[in-house]
Amino acid sequence: MPDLNIDGQPLRVADGTTVAAALMSVGDQCSRTSLGGQRRAPLCGMGICQECRVSIDGLRRLACQTLCRDGMRVETRP
Amino acid sequence: MSQHVELLILGAGPAGMSAALAAAPSGMTIAVLDDNPLPGGQIWRDGPQAHLPPQARDMRTQLEQHSNIQLHSATKVVALAGAKRLLLEDAERGWVLSYDKLILCTGARELLLPFPGWTLPGVTGAGGLQALIKGGLRVAGERVVVAGTGPLLLASAATAHLNGAKVQRIAEQASLASVSRFASGLWAWPSKALQAVGLRNSRYRTSAHVVQALGHDRLEAVRIRLGHREEEIPCERLACGFSLVPNVEIGQALGCQVVNRAIAVDQWQATGLADHYAAGECTGFGGSELALVEGRIAGLVAAGENDQARALWPERQRWQRFADRLNRAFALRPDIKQLARPDTLVCRCEDVPLSALTAHNGWTAAKLNTRCGMGACQGRICSTAAQTLFGWEPPSLRAPFTPARIATLVCLDEGGELS
Repeated sequence: MPDLNIDGQPLRVADGTTVAAALMSVGDQCSRTSLGGQRRAPLCGMGICQECRVSIDGLRRLACQTLCRDGMRVETRP
Repeated sequence: MSQHVELLILGAGPAGMSAALAAAPSGMTIAVLDDNPLPGGQIWRDGPQAHLPPQARDMRTQLEQHSNIQLHSATKVVALAGAKRLLLEDAERGWVLSYDKLILCTGARELLLPFPGWTLPGVTGAGGLQALIKGGLRVAGERVVVAGTGPLLLASAATAHLNGAKVQRIAEQASLASVSRFASGLWAWPSKALQAVGLRNSRYRTSAHVVQALGHDRLEAVRIRLGHREEEIPCERLACGFSLVPNVEIGQALGCQVVNRAIAVDQWQATGLADHYAAGECTGFGGSELALVEGRIAGLVAAGENDQARALWPERQRWQRFADRLNRAFALRPDIKQLARPDTLVCRCEDVPLSALTAHNGWTAAKLNTRCGMGACQGRICSTAAQTLFGWEPPSLRAPFTPARIATLVCLDEGGELS
């Protein structure tokens, strides 16, 4: 049961949970802010659309293709 | 470090796993790559809320048992790095891998088409919602509308239902006549899938499609057209997908011919390019059974076992007939291509509305003038939508095929890993 942190909010999830699934259960459930200022959430769920790109421990990753690990810091806002 | 294998397989879904297992007894060194964290592809996606069929578990176990198969999960193809060489990246490193033979098993993605409100949080693909639920998304108690076309709608609704969501409506754009003709075939999916989502609750509608997703900061309701009338359904989630499109980008960049949006192959699953094969959904949407037999044929041919491969042709033909039937039944009706309004964003990466695109007569002009397709997804969503809406043929993808780290791109110069 990894413990992670999404935009400053602590969260514990089941083993094998993707970061996309985790971030859709906290805060505004979004993953990024668009050029026009809209908040966006994961769309395709399978690594194509890039809507779920987030910063994980300082690196840009796709939330839907990344499994939650203990101590991860996920940021969805610039 | 640069690495060499005799057989490289791109994709660890049913086709890729099947190809690797068919080629393994030859003793060839084999690498199987997939950009997801675990093998299985989309249909056999594992996760805390996934239920894998025994065949999927069995194939995964077999993959692990062959010492000549290396599985590289969470690994992406970034660029071509010369003849039979690819630049790869995983979470830790970039490196160049060279191969003698390649089998493309890159699968398919959902066709996602623009409609008013589709950028609202709460709207996902149909397969997209299913993938997110398998990956741990909790939907218990949520109201879900599923819309679009094809058998995937039922699978998505079934997954949502089994995980406690309240499926309010399944809107299938195809007509009852089309769906019935398909369902009256030999294939057993409709009765089982419909039972699973409780069709007797009459949530399933044919000739029905999404008109608009409504909400301020996130989805609050969906407007659905049912024949000549419209209904507005309050919900927390809309799962909307218009069937599948093959992932042909890497094959196309390698020089494989693409016909009708799919990688063209002959009866040996060979592309026109020597030593390059393709199998599964990237050669045309046909379901996991077809992908399994195509993968097996490709793996056998790559290993030089053509007689064994030939023995599988009748099985492939049988599943191909089902695939043809399915693709006919769920062909898109013209009004699905008219859902977007002038202010509806088509390119979600660069926030380009429909009105900015309609002034142009082709993809390249639209891209150069509007930045459409120049964002992070490299046009995978919007160029596919533009192809469907306007008939614009997307050009071959340029490297990097996916956002990559500078440290990975530097490997192109060095021909090896940057440590």
